[in-house]
Amino acid sequence: MLIVLTVFAVAAVLLPVLEKALGRKIFLVAALVSLGAFAHTILLAPAVLSGETPSETLTWIAQLQLTLDVRMDALSWMLALIVTGVGSLVMLYCSRYFGPRDAGLGRFSAVLLAFAGAMYGLVIADDVYLLFILWEATSVFSYLLIGHYTNRRASRGAALQALITTTLGGLVMLVGLVLLAVQAGSSSLLVILQTAPADPLTTTAVMLVLVGALSKSAIVPLHFWLPGAMAAPTPVSAYLHAAAMVKAGIYLLARLAPAFVVVPGWREVLIVLGVATMLLGGWLALKQSDLKLLLAYGTVSQLGFLTVVTGFGSRDTALAALALLLGHALFKSTLFLVVGIVDHETGTRDLRKLSGLGRRAPALALVAGLALASMAGLPPLFGFVAKEAVLHGLLSAAGGTQVDGAGAIWAAVALAGVTLGSVLTVAYSIRFFWGAFARKPDVDDTVLLAERGVQSRRFLLAPAILAVAGLALGPLAGVADGPIAQAAGRFASGVDEGEIYHLALWHGLGPELGLSLVTIVLGALLFFARERVGRVQSRLSTGVNASDVYWDAVGAVDRLAARVTSITQRGSLPFYLGVILVVFVGVTTAGLLIGDSWPAEFRLWDTPAQLAIGIVMIIAAVAATQAQKRFAALVIVGVTGFGMSAIFALQGAPDLAITQVLVEVVTLIAFVLVLRRLPAKLGDRHGSTHRVLRAVIAIGVGTTVALVALIAAGSRIHDPISLAWPQLAYEIGHGRNVVNVALVDIRAWDTLGELAVVIAAATGVASLLFLRGRGDAPPRLARGVVQRRIASRLDRVREQGHDGEQRGAWILAGPTLDPRHRSILLEVVVRLTFHAVIVVSLYLLFAGHNLPGGGFAGGLVAGLALVGRYLAGGRYELGAALPLGAGFVLGAGLVIAASTAIVPMFLGAPPLTSTYWEAEVWLLGEVSFVTSTFFDIGVYLIVIGLVLDVLRSLGAEVDRQGGDDQSADRPAYSIMTKGGGA
Amino acid sequence: MTLSLVLIIVMAVLIAAGVYLVLERSLTRVVLGVLLMGNGVNLLMLSMAGPAGLAPLVIDGVEAEQYSDPLPQALILTAIVITFAVSAFLLALIYRSWRLANADDVSDDADDVALRGGEVTLPMEETAPDEGDTEFPLEAEVAQGGPGVDATERVVIVTDNDSSSAPEGGGGR
Repeated sequence: MLIVLTVFAVAAVLLPVLEKALGRKIFLVAALVSLGAFAHTILLAPAVLSGETPSETLTWIAQLQLTLDVRMDALSWMLALIVTGVGSLVMLYCSRYFGPRDAGLGRFSAVLLAFAGAMYGLVIADDVYLLFILWEATSVFSYLLIGHYTNRRASRGAALQALITTTLGGLVMLVGLVLLAVQAGSSSLLVILQTAPADPLTTTAVMLVLVGALSKSAIVPLHFWLPGAMAAPTPVSAYLHAAAMVKAGIYLLARLAPAFVVVPGWREVLIVLGVATMLLGGWLALKQSDLKLLLAYGTVSQLGFLTVVTGFGSRDTALAALALLLGHALFKSTLFLVVGIVDHETGTRDLRKLSGLGRRAPALALVAGLALASMAGLPPLFGFVAKEAVLHGLLSAAGGTQVDGAGAIWAAVALAGVTLGSVLTVAYSIRFFWGAFARKPDVDDTVLLAERGVQSRRFLLAPAILAVAGLALGPLAGVADGPIAQAAGRFASGVDEGEIYHLALWHGLGPELGLSLVTIVLGALLFFARERVGRVQSRLSTGVNASDVYWDAVGAVDRLAARVTSITQRGSLPFYLGVILVVFVGVTTAGLLIGDSWPAEFRLWDTPAQLAIGIVMIIAAVAATQAQKRFAALVIVGVTGFGMSAIFALQGAPDLAITQVLVEVVTLIAFVLVLRRLPAKLGDRHGSTHRVLRAVIAIGVGTTVALVALIAAGSRIHDPISLAWPQLAYEIGHGRNVVNVALVDIRAWDTLGELAVVIAAATGVASLLFLRGRGDAPPRLARGVVQRRIASRLDRVREQGHDGEQRGAWILAGPTLDPRHRSILLEVVVRLTFHAVIVVSLYLLFAGHNLPGGGFAGGLVAGLALVGRYLAGGRYELGAALPLGAGFVLGAGLVIAASTAIVPMFLGAPPLTSTYWEAEVWLLGEVSFVTSTFFDIGVYLIVIGLVLDVLRSLGAEVDRQGGDDQSADRPAYSIMTKGGGA
Repeated sequence: MTLSLVLIIVMAVLIAAGVYLVLERSLTRVVLGVLLMGNGVNLLMLSMAGPAGLAPLVIDGVEAEQYSDPLPQALILTAIVITFAVSAFLLALIYRSWRLANADDVSDDADDVALRGGEVTLPMEETAPDEGDTEFPLEAEVAQGGPGVDATERVVIVTDNDSSSAPEGGGGR
């Protein structure tokens, strides 16, 4: 059985591929798959009918005890036959229904087949979670099928409505199933049904499951999605909304009834809702003029009928329910298929426009007539057999057979309801036949779109088979009785073998036959009085229907969501930040006040110099908030940065002091590179608003953080973990600079993560500037060309003597610049210092393990050297200085850093383990080397890559785009013209 | 442990000034505010290192307590570099915003503002099951002598049968 499921899945995936080759014949492939499953199910008959239950188990997620358990008892077997059998006939029908060139047939056939597979799995699933997954899968496939005509608004709306309604029910059901599984201690349906504890929790769980079952089977008040779902192509309606999906709820009721019929409320809920649905559906079916909607409401009515009979839960009604279910699957899908043919061939389903079709298409009328007779419960059709069984079951229960006293009363209620409902059924069955096929005096004969259609054997084959099956099973009811009785046999305990009922066409004269006769006569009268009935209906019409209520509810949810959004999402970033910060202040302060720790000791300052620097920084910070010019503000903020550096130096943190100074310089340059394109004055458009409010929030946040610092310090009761670091660094990390060893060895994992952040930010910078691809391959000058050019220029200079316009070239790309923008002093300085600075950076990198420095500081120094080259010679000079892409440098750095993590793992050590070599080297004396230096080299490269990226993006690329701007006559602000040497 | 009051006050002022700037609409001020807050947070970490000490460069015979705490230093070092990387990113954002909109400010989200004014209508799918009585509207039209469409051409699937009759959109009923 699992293999059948697999075949369904694989075939569904393959079908769209075949669409081009096969066109609409693709449905024949799908039909074959479904037919194969049908044959497989038939082959299981001997085993199932002899009382075995073939079952298979496949462990899915062992840790969650999720298994793919399938079992096929008689109930599952019967439903599997319906699902696969009707499925293959509907697919056969599709191959004629759709046009050869219709769009989307591959997708449609695949979804239809997948639905068949899911439905097949649903009826044989033993694990409740598997059942739920397939249950929801059928909802999703139904959504896709209803919405097949994706360009029709009604289709999309109906699909969504069906999806929301059935998945909502499904979710409620899931809660119930989880409760049941937890109560029973197993997710196996078999075990749950055997345990079936009787306590309030189980009652709740069962009621929740009923919500799911009733929503799926379109029972009042969740019935409205089914008529809406008629927007689906008609074969879908025939299959999903008559034979298969809507039966899932009935199947679940039948599955649970033997164990849970004793649950308080089970019988009451199902009988009340079922009768209401049956009557409402039948009543509305009589109103419809669209044949398909007539059938849809008829289906709603029949589902109510099935709910009553299945939910009643005695042995005889269970037998009747299953017979009814089989009968309904046969006649209702036939009728839908007939409507499809009528629509296909005449271009309308409106019974007010159809006339005389019966004479033009006698075979079609015959097929429809058989199905309608079965639906109305006329002998000798199977529908009659089933209805006799229902009436018998309820009559005998009302007489006290197989049930207790309360059950007998409810049986009487149910009997009255279904009898009345059956009258309506008879009436709308006649109305259907009259509407589709009769010649109406005041309507012109319907024009056929193509004469061949109604005669097409292939088209008529599927409904004919289904109708004939319904006819044959009447006299052969004994054949059907075997499996159905066995499926109903789960009720048999305590029932006397002699008094059980068997399906048969003739049970002799009895009250059941009498009731049947009465319903038929009354139904026919109801039809003949249709004009009077119509007047009554229009008088009773309230103009309210459940679908409108649904849409009102959806609209209300939408409006509520919009209102909540408009209240909370003001669209203003300062507002959001303000809210976050106010919450931060409020919550943190409250937390601090509740706690009782307070710092024991203060000191005013570490050194008087700290006070002096602090005062400068405070002044700068306050001034920065008031600055009106971009560059001024930037420089003032820079003051606080240099102040930081001084504080670090005073505090005994030379690494930090060095790094801070370097970063401060690079930051200034990066700002200048960008700000040169912006107007000098800040806040041209939006002046500062809400100054007082912002100041209050700002002071609140500052004070809160200060409080946090005080209390955190006061709460400390342990020595810092880092007291062990100097020893660790020296003895294991083999470095004297504890901070550096911490970065590249002790806490190297953290550093690795931080490097990733740096790379992400650098990539972000590049991607904001280079719109198409990273595109940061450096612009290059061919070295030979440049050298020749310089040489020739030097020659000319020698010949002509000194000439201001023809300065010598100190750097490679100098001549590419506009002479007005060249600075000979800068060029000379860069020329003389570049290599020395690079050497210094390398020194910092390698000495950093024992002295202040390291990869971060070294990388920043090297970056500054590149900044110098760029400032002196522009983007070509930068390309000449480092002819590599920034992405390459970043990547190489990450690879090197990461490989120090990975390589030790190959050697059997934990990642990032470092080793140490020491050797005597000639001339240099004792040389030692730690492998964590490689990590530092990675850091070094990544920092260089970051600076390079900033220069290439914010420098060179902005230059290039700026050039474009000027040619396009857009205003460009330049540090040269506006900033005036700030 | 004791705290340096000067460090705490400077830290609080830096953070307050940073918050004040971050709440601005000018992106340049926002970035400067981020820098100030970054500095403030680094000071916060530094103040947790305790009193000034020796630089954490191991010298034989010096007790661990005499060094300045290296742990916050390692944290601050990476924080400095990351602050630079992030501000470079923010600068690129400013530049981009300037290029695209000629503005370096944070403007309100247009959709949110529109929603506040109630101007946004919610698109909504609706069903009308009784809309049309056939799946084959074009064929039916042809059969009834409608506009000349080749009857063999089954273009029904690509035709929206309600586009002409129903007005667009419709915000809720």
